[in-house]
Amino acid sequence: MTANHRQPAVAATAVRKAYGDHVVLDGIDLDIPAGSVFALLGPNGSGKTTMVRLLSTLIRADAGDLRVAGHDVAREPDAVRAAIGVTGQFSAVDHLLTGAENLLLMADLNRLPRKERRRCVAELLERFELVDAAGKPASTYSGGMLRRLDLAMTLVGRPRVIFLDEPTTGLDPRSRRTMWEIIRGLVADEGVTILLTTQYLDEADQLADRIAVLYQGKLVATGTPEELKRQVGGGHITLRFADQRGYEHAAGVLEVVSRNDAAFTLQVAGQGDVRSLRALLDRLDRASLAVEELRVHTPDLDDVFFALTGNPVGTPLGKSVSSSVAEQEPAR
Amino acid sequence: MSTVTHAVTDSATMLRRQLRHMLRYPVLILTAAGVPAIFLLLFVYVLGGAIGSGLGGSLGGSAGGRAAYVNYVVPGIVLMTVATSAQSTAISVATDLTTGVVTRFRTMAIARVSVLTGHVLGSLIQTMLSISFVTGVALLIGFEPTADLGGWLGVVGVLAMITFAVTWLCVALAMVTDNVATASNLPMPLMILPMVGSGLVPTDSMPAWLRWFAEYQPFTPFIETLRGLLTGTPIGDSAILAVGWCAAITLGGYLWARRLYNREPTG
Repeated sequence: MTANHRQPAVAATAVRKAYGDHVVLDGIDLDIPAGSVFALLGPNGSGKTTMVRLLSTLIRADAGDLRVAGHDVAREPDAVRAAIGVTGQFSAVDHLLTGAENLLLMADLNRLPRKERRRCVAELLERFELVDAAGKPASTYSGGMLRRLDLAMTLVGRPRVIFLDEPTTGLDPRSRRTMWEIIRGLVADEGVTILLTTQYLDEADQLADRIAVLYQGKLVATGTPEELKRQVGGGHITLRFADQRGYEHAAGVLEVVSRNDAAFTLQVAGQGDVRSLRALLDRLDRASLAVEELRVHTPDLDDVFFALTGNPVGTPLGKSVSSSVAEQEPAR
Repeated sequence: MSTVTHAVTDSATMLRRQLRHMLRYPVLILTAAGVPAIFLLLFVYVLGGAIGSGLGGSLGGSAGGRAAYVNYVVPGIVLMTVATSAQSTAISVATDLTTGVVTRFRTMAIARVSVLTGHVLGSLIQTMLSISFVTGVALLIGFEPTADLGGWLGVVGVLAMITFAVTWLCVALAMVTDNVATASNLPMPLMILPMVGSGLVPTDSMPAWLRWFAEYQPFTPFIETLRGLLTGTPIGDSAILAVGWCAAITLGGYLWARRLYNREPTG
């Protein structure tokens, strides 16, 4: 992806926001080049949504500077509003209107030339696969359809900067992939700048050029997905053995990252790609080691936060019970 | 100049949105028109005979009884219709502001107040329809207005002026709390005011303390102006008082509503 470095599309300097004693954002600096996708990654309550609300002129910062598309958010809110599109965590569609009426409402409010309004609506319905549902009230839409309509409404105004607040939270895996495709298409076809917030490392990894990790109102890391994953330390493979003998033997043969003597499990470094897995399996074969269970562990948000803050996030992310025994002990 | 045109076009867009809502979910309108119509029937058929005879000549009609009371009570009931409609506006504003789409409007480069203007204009149309319905019922049960064409135009103008004022006030009331249930109850006093004025009986039949209140609250000049235009009773300075009250309520309601809308949303 080519990034335009002439002027940042979004720039934040020392931004602070507190509600009473509760500091939500504590000195945030951001610099998002035009034409790039930036992910703000963080758990619930880390301040992601507050950041989006500040940038989209919904609330005011207590301190610091915010600029979007070259305009100061506090001093020229209308210029900022004209340049942005926001798709929030909670659907910003009129549930009493039909899909087509919602889009037409946006066309009217964006004051598109009269002749273009119907065409614009028809195009977006087509592009977001909502043609069949166009005449039905939005209250009857599924979660995925609502999210698509929501984003389509955002696009009516042809925004240069788009804020997507948790665009796939609550969607099923298939709708999630569809959203990803749409977001990628936006950047490729229209060259917009996107700031998205997410709780999912893989989503940030899939979509973003750069990621900033937000934790308790502070940015704890910023970098490309690769840089971030390097910091996290990559994945590992967990091997469980049936008995002490095989376990000790393997521990002598393999480059072990950590071990759990009680559960007969070893962890070895590895990203889980076929080549390194095959190499590992070959070595196990040559040494005639019988492995009871093999698990590939790719780094997830837990690992990111553990690596960056030393605190695990309290959200379980698809870990099985058997793995929790094996993985609690080792130092990461 | 272009800010004004934008405010007008955006308000028109929001009005179209409001009209679509009304057509799709007409329950609120039916309630707003139905409740005062039922009150009209109750007052005329349950109480009308007694009140009409009791008040006798002070009603101004020669006939007396139920027939005279219909003519007396209609202006008060019409203003009750304004109040019930304003209450339904408060409910729809309070509900609307909790939805995500209004949050979206706040992030768009549109005339900010157009969200509220759309509601007020929609409510104006809705209230006029409700009043037509209630007036229709009144005509069916023996209401005999003496107004000529000019009088009727005056009636429409005065009602539009009052509705506009009361609606802006209710839009502000709807935003005082985040709670839809509370918002729907705050305009309740507006329902009562026509009764604690010259809406149901002449104020001189009330005890002195209540009479004082009844004569100085805004609904009494509203009712007296309307009654004068409809049935030819003397208006006196009621018209000028009504205009003054409406101007004050509209301005106060508008400024209050705008300030509440521009408050930073919590959370």
